[in-house]
Order: sequence, then C-alpha cells, then structure tokens
Amino acid sequence: MGKKHETPLLDELKKGKWVSFVREIERAAEKSERTEDLLGQVENSYRDKITHWKHGGMAGVRGYGAGLVGRFTEFPEKYPGVKECHSMRVNQTSGFFYNSDILRKIADIAEQHAGGLLNLHGSTGDIQILGVWQEEAEEAFQKCAELGFDLGGGGSDLRTPSCCVGPARCEFANYDTLQICYDMTQAFQDEMHRPSFNYKFKLKFSGCSNDCVAAASRSDMAFIGTWKDKIKINQDEVKNYVKKFNVQKYVLDKCPTKCMLFEGENLVIDDSNCVKCMHCINEMPKALRSGDEKGLSILLGAKAPLVTGPRLGMMLVPFYDVLEDSKNDYEWLKGLISNMWEFWDEYGVSRERIGELMQRVGVVTFLEGIGLEPIPEMVNHPRGNPFIKFTDDED
Amino acid sequence: MTDEIKKKLEDKIIGLVKEYVGKKRFKPVDIVKEMEKEFADEGLSKDDIKGVLKEIMNDEKLVYGYAGGSFLTLPGKD
Repeated sequence: MGKKHETPLLDELKKGKWVSFVREIERAAEKSERTEDLLGQVENSYRDKITHWKHGGMAGVRGYGAGLVGRFTEFPEKYPGVKECHSMRVNQTSGFFYNSDILRKIADIAEQHAGGLLNLHGSTGDIQILGVWQEEAEEAFQKCAELGFDLGGGGSDLRTPSCCVGPARCEFANYDTLQICYDMTQAFQDEMHRPSFNYKFKLKFSGCSNDCVAAASRSDMAFIGTWKDKIKINQDEVKNYVKKFNVQKYVLDKCPTKCMLFEGENLVIDDSNCVKCMHCINEMPKALRSGDEKGLSILLGAKAPLVTGPRLGMMLVPFYDVLEDSKNDYEWLKGLISNMWEFWDEYGVSRERIGELMQRVGVVTFLEGIGLEPIPEMVNHPRGNPFIKFTDDED
Repeated sequence: MTDEIKKKLEDKIIGLVKEYVGKKRFKPVDIVKEMEKEFADEGLSKDDIKGVLKEIMNDEKLVYGYAGGSFLTLPGKD
C-alpha cells in the first residue's frame, strides 16, 4: 500500500542508527488511518516551520475537568484523521513501574480508541495515549479505569504528582519518594481532577539532588532528598578510587564549595560547607555515602517560560523531617500546601504561577500569608542572601 | 447550608456563566470569589461554594473548557 502523504522531511529523521519517532508513527500508521494523517500533519508543520495544532477547547470525560488535553488540526479537511488528536493523560504509577501485561493492555486501548501511539512518559509524568477523539474518550477512560488507572491532571489544576524510582531501585534515595508521591496523589484527587486554581501547580519528588525528575526546575513545589549530618567516608575505598582515577582533578577540584581535601591519604570533608550536590558521591559511590539524618528540602516556584520567563525553585524549607511527618499522615506538609493554595487563590491573578505570585508580593508577605516563619536559610541559591533582614537579637 | 440556599447558589452560578457565554470565561476561582461576595449575608464559606460547584460539574450542568487556563461553560458551548 502506498503512502497516503508524502513525507520527505520526516524521512530525513529516520536516517541514522538510532530509534526514530517517525518510524514509530509509521508503524502505528500501518494499522491506523488517523495516524497516517498525523504523518501528513507533522510533515506540513515541518514544511511551514510552524505547528499547525490548535490547543485546548472542549475535550474531556464525564465529571472531570482534566486528563484529556485538547488538540485539533488547523486543516481538518486535509487531515481528517487528526481533526481531533487529544492526549489522554493516564496517571502513572509512582516511579514508573509496570508489569508487561498492563502495558500490553494499555497499548490495546491506544490501538482501539486512538492512533496506536503512546508517550511514555509526558513531561508531567503521565502515560499519554495520543490521538484520542472526543467521541471515544469516555470508553477509553472507562477501560483504563477497569485496569485500575485513573486520569491525571491538566489545565489549571494540580498536575499529576511525579517521583523518581527512589528507594525501589536507587541507593542514593534519602526518603521514600514513591510513598509520599502516592499519598499526595490520593489526598488531592479533587484538586487534580477539577481545575480550580489560577494556573497549573506541580509537585515532584526527587530522592536526592541528582534530581532525576527535574523537580528543581520543573515543579512549583520540589522535594529534594538531603541529609543533615556528615557524609560517611570509607577511607579504604577512597584509596581504591585514587588508584583508578585522578580524584583530586575529577572530584575535589569539581566540588562547588571546595569543602574537600586530602590530609595525607585520608579524605577530609568540611561538612558545614557541603551543599549536598551529590557530585562526590556520584563519582565515588563505594567510598562516600549520604549521612544518617535523612529528610528533604522543599523548593518553591520553579517553572518553564510563559508569563515571566523560566525560574528555578527557591529554598522554602531547608530540612523537612519527612519520615516523622509520614507517621502523622503528612499532616504538616498537607497543611502547608493547603495554606499556599489558599493564599494563591486569594491573591493570584489569572495564569500566574505560585512562584510568580511570591515574586510579585515579596517573600516576606508570602511567608506571612502561608504562616511560615522566615529563617536565614530561605535563599534563592546556595550562598545567596536571605530575603529578610534579621536584627541582631534574632538567631 | 439549607437546601433553599444551595438551590439559590446553584442557580446563581449557572445563571452567571450563562449570562456571559461568548463574552467572558469564568475560572472556577472567579466564580467562588463572586459567590462569596454575593452570599456574604448567608455566611457561606469557600468550601461550601466549592462543594456546590463540584456537584454542578458532576451533574454536567456546566463543563470545563481550556483556553490558556481552565474555565467553566455550558455544555456544548465555546
């Protein structure tokens, strides 16, 4: 069977030995007429150097205001298969663990009710079934629900909380990212399915500052695993690493705060100056380990561009004893999040992310509004000045 | 909240959205703020209003739309 649309530009993207998204779309197009039109639509966009998608509109499933992201072609007569090409966001499992049987069943849903294409995983973390038409959305959703999957967030709501693999597979995890992510997802179901915020709000959980889910740059509220006490050193293993590579050059000299040195053959770390960046632990995992007093830091306000450009998160809570709070069903954390949403509801404006609100009203006002005491460690980046001028008689 | 006030609130919310279809897109937060003012004498809390709004959405008397941000509208409009 010949190609429905000629795609010379897309064909260029199949060259080379690596996996190509074009080849994957072509494979799906062998079974799906609508995906054939997707190829034509994408070729057209490459040719014109502009996307021909319209975004938003009225796509959804019953009772939910989120989970189906509306997308429509600008040329419905030319590419009828993608007159609607919505993305169904299916709430992923914590840490992205699935068994192969479930994946086959989700793939079947994508073939029966969409274009046979999946996006594992979207930048919010969800499984995305691509190419859903509105008329089939409800049935596809119900089939996902029968498998035990719910839809994720979308629009002006709590986006699907996301976490790294955490202690399930990673020795660097400083807290149970999977548990807290699952708990917050369950606790804030209403906020996720019924958009009621000024704009989107993202929670992401990383077990250490390697930050495998890019929480510090991609989430309004980032949770980064850390520790309070000293890095644990195994001097024998340090000596083994010294035999294998230039530790001075690749570890000590690259330490951002230069808090490490050799005294004779022994490695010494000035832990009071360590910013827990993980570089040395990554380089010498057998020799160095994070401390025993583990917890996490909470950063607030990161976002990609739009209203006021990209931002990284600001240190809001330097050390949160997550293990202790988990014993109380994360009562303290849930209270903090609710207070922030309340303040944002009251004083935020349309399409203003919470970090932008904090910047607009000032950190002092923001902290007062959410009921959090200011401390000097609330800084924009390590070694930054605090936002509040503390007087001499204050600690 | 009495059934009478609940009904009044529901009618007011749907009426507001209906009145402005095609002219203004209300975010849920706008509706809640508006109703808080409107029903100040009845002492309704934000949570009361959000609860009624949730029922309206569940019953599909209003639906969600998205245009750069989420908004409420009548089914089949926008």
